[in-house]
Amino acid sequence: MADGGQAAQEPVSIEKPPLVRFEAVTKRFGSVVAVETLSLDIKHGEFFALLGPSGCGKTTLLRTLAGFEAPTEGRILLDGEDIVPVQPHRRPVNMMFQSYALFPHLSVEGNIGFGLRQENVARAEIADRIAEMLVLVRLQGFGGRRIDQLSGGQRQRVALARALIKRPRVLLLDEPLAALDKQLRAETQFELMELQRKLGTTFVIVTHDQEEAMIIADRIAVMDRGRLMQVAAPAEIYERPNSRWVAGFIGETTMIEGRLGPDSNIESVLGCMRVAGSSNARSGDKVWLALRPEKISMTAERPNEGLNAVAGTVSEIGYRGDMSVYKILLSDRSVMKVALTNVSARGETPFSLHDLIWLSWPPEVGVVLTE
Amino acid sequence: MRGEPQGRKWSGRAVVLLPCVWLVVFFLTPFVIVLKISLSQTALAQPPYSPVFDLSAGWAGFLDFARQLSLESFRLLFTDLIYLLSYLKSLQVAAISTLILVLVGYPFAYGIARAPRGWQPLLVMALVLPFWTSFLIRVYAWINILQRDGLLNDVLMRLHIVDVPLIWLSSDTAIYIGIVYSYLPFMVLPLYAALEKMDESLLEAAADLGCPRWKTFWLVVVPLSLPGAAAGALLCFIPIVGEFVIPDLLGGSETLMIGQTLWTEFFANRDWPVASAIAVTLLALLLVPMLFYERLQQRSLEGGR
Amino acid sequence: MRRGASLFNIVSVAIGLAFLYLPISILVIYSFNASRLVTVWGGWSLTWYRELLNDTAILQAAWISLRVAALSATAATILGTLAAVALVRLGSFRGRLLFSGMVYAPLVMPEVITGLSLLLLFVAFNVDRGFWTIAIAHTTLTMCFVTVIVQSRLIGFDRSLEEAAMDLGCPPLKTFLTITLPLIAPAIAAGWMLAFTLSLDDLVIASFTTGPGATTLPIRIYSEVRLGVKPEINAVCTIMIAIVAAGTVVASLITKGGAARRQREALGAQV
Repeated sequence: MADGGQAAQEPVSIEKPPLVRFEAVTKRFGSVVAVETLSLDIKHGEFFALLGPSGCGKTTLLRTLAGFEAPTEGRILLDGEDIVPVQPHRRPVNMMFQSYALFPHLSVEGNIGFGLRQENVARAEIADRIAEMLVLVRLQGFGGRRIDQLSGGQRQRVALARALIKRPRVLLLDEPLAALDKQLRAETQFELMELQRKLGTTFVIVTHDQEEAMIIADRIAVMDRGRLMQVAAPAEIYERPNSRWVAGFIGETTMIEGRLGPDSNIESVLGCMRVAGSSNARSGDKVWLALRPEKISMTAERPNEGLNAVAGTVSEIGYRGDMSVYKILLSDRSVMKVALTNVSARGETPFSLHDLIWLSWPPEVGVVLTE
Repeated sequence: MRGEPQGRKWSGRAVVLLPCVWLVVFFLTPFVIVLKISLSQTALAQPPYSPVFDLSAGWAGFLDFARQLSLESFRLLFTDLIYLLSYLKSLQVAAISTLILVLVGYPFAYGIARAPRGWQPLLVMALVLPFWTSFLIRVYAWINILQRDGLLNDVLMRLHIVDVPLIWLSSDTAIYIGIVYSYLPFMVLPLYAALEKMDESLLEAAADLGCPRWKTFWLVVVPLSLPGAAAGALLCFIPIVGEFVIPDLLGGSETLMIGQTLWTEFFANRDWPVASAIAVTLLALLLVPMLFYERLQQRSLEGGR
Repeated sequence: MRRGASLFNIVSVAIGLAFLYLPISILVIYSFNASRLVTVWGGWSLTWYRELLNDTAILQAAWISLRVAALSATAATILGTLAAVALVRLGSFRGRLLFSGMVYAPLVMPEVITGLSLLLLFVAFNVDRGFWTIAIAHTTLTMCFVTVIVQSRLIGFDRSLEEAAMDLGCPPLKTFLTITLPLIAPAIAAGWMLAFTLSLDDLVIASFTTGPGATTLPIRIYSEVRLGVKPEINAVCTIMIAIVAAGTVVASLITKGGAARRQREALGAQV
């Protein structure tokens, strides 16, 4: 779980071996190390996300799987076989490009059927499968259209159909929703999930949008500067980040610094905090307690004994419609973030600026981090 | 790249191979031959030089051949004043023409770059169209205008600016007019390309900081378009040095430009070694500007990404 | 750089264009002049065109020029495109500097040097000069112009299209032929046209590398012009201008169709 270090992943399950395995893959561009000794397993039939800030190497990693970059070191196994020496046009892997990369001189049908024509599939069968694909991506009747006649959302679906028609072992998606507006993006996210479930194909998506990764993926690999930070299911990453970096990258968080005491308490400037659950920190270690804003309660009176509590004043209120985010100034001049759902239909907030309040949370709610 | 199948490397080599072989045979080898002939002597034979390189004579033949080479032609070039003057004149004409081209070309290119978006392709087309008609035609057109009973004199006399027809042809002035006329697109196009790429927000920033339009031109536009101007200048200067047609048709018979001298030596005097020596010296003279131009070219093409 | 042309800008462009087109327009007008003299206007007439039709020497020369131009343009386009591909796609290979130097040198080298060197090559290897030697010479000369045009198009080419094709199972060579080549075709066509024009136009190199029976049009015109102005030359020139102008208009209509399509594509992508 929260063990930090390079190959931060779950124990390999005893059932099927992974579909894709990256073994100590390193990619250097001159003196720049884009991916560093990265090992990762991707399982059959899962929707896997590579998430991280720009420049973290996620796209490079994806491209090594597609075959457009060759790793400087390491192996990539697809169903147990090393595919690094295999050229991209021979890999059973297909990619949906960020810019869609649709061939402007071919029609929609021409684009979608392109891959099958390379396989020398019979004409009749190609036509059938194209029709099937058009239905799947809801573009029936668009077959004869030219690419420049399509909207952005339609092009994206053509790109998807083109990549899926060859029934690849793995479908790679390079920031596929980046060019869409918020509304369309949300719809498409659900469409992608449905599609993946229906087809059972392994999807690997690269994204910098953490919300998107959490909605879509079965498991997420969080990367920073060429290294894996944490690989786990979305809930695990959100509720049990393995480092301050991951905790800070995903969602909002408040960090309380302190020292781990002998009885699973954290001694901090704000008082003694009780923590439940295990961590690999030892007594006397410097630790951080990570708290998610929505897990903290805000009350006017001091809460009862079982909860950890600190006092503070409301310094800022950010109204977001569904929630309000409060910034609370604490006694040590640090700021804690609290998020409350706006249950009142009248748009009132229970607290106002400069109110004196108490923040509290049960011991199970925080995560103890050692790095 | 590690693990890349060998096929990729070989197909790359195949692509380079064809043009490379062609150029080595038809571009590099000729230069070697020119060099060799510049070191030969004139002979009343066919071909009109000796020694003739005979492959079958073997190594001894080669040594014998090497012994007969001489720097006689080069000595002639450096001692006989005609050639020195010819080189100097060529450089002078090229330098002055290039200067005129820059002065004339800049407002032209700038004007096109400032024109409304939709007009620009049309204006560029209009600029280039004469270039697509015969070079000879365009020079010839000037003969029509500049000759003694030509149009220019006709107009000048009608307007009573002069009473007697002036001699325009067979003069340096005519050469300059012809050169500027023929090479104008070569100057304007690179300049226009550089000016067109310029970021408009730079000009707006200058204005925002209090710079009047003419000052912005000098302080922002000119420095930024300098590579384009340099490319255009070199693209004109280098070939102008070796120009033949324009000075031959429009110029006089006093000092000839080096292109004409080469032509005369070759066709009229049948002195192949001297003609070759002229070519070698000319090439040596132009080597530095040519390398410079190539650097500019590569840098601009790669910077265009 | 578009924020509005000043009066100075407009005047510079107008003067520039007038300077460029004046001599040519005079040439065209006087080809219809019944009188021999440039200063005397004898009324509109097609005399010189009729005389031109009888001048078999010129017609033959024109025919030879066209054939040489077509042949050398095609060869130059093939070689020049290959050179452009090599320079853009092969990264830094051994001898790249020398290669690119060889490719680009003819762009700036004075034609007398190129012409002389090629002639000496042919003489040294005892090759009979004529139609083929001119064609070879023109190919060598115009190749670099094709390379410049194709290279600049390739540099801006969207490589993800090629990656997509390979990803879908198309081998690299086939990808180049079926995806890249069709999309850079306009640049290649422009290169061909430029090479054709340069060949049609060339005097110096043709003079050096020509042989008996291979007189090109520029050589013919040049020899006539040296003896003085002949009105038939005006007629020939006018015809050539007309052909080139017509060709340019047709070409621009074709490319305008393509550009309009590309514009619509770009607009569509923003939707």
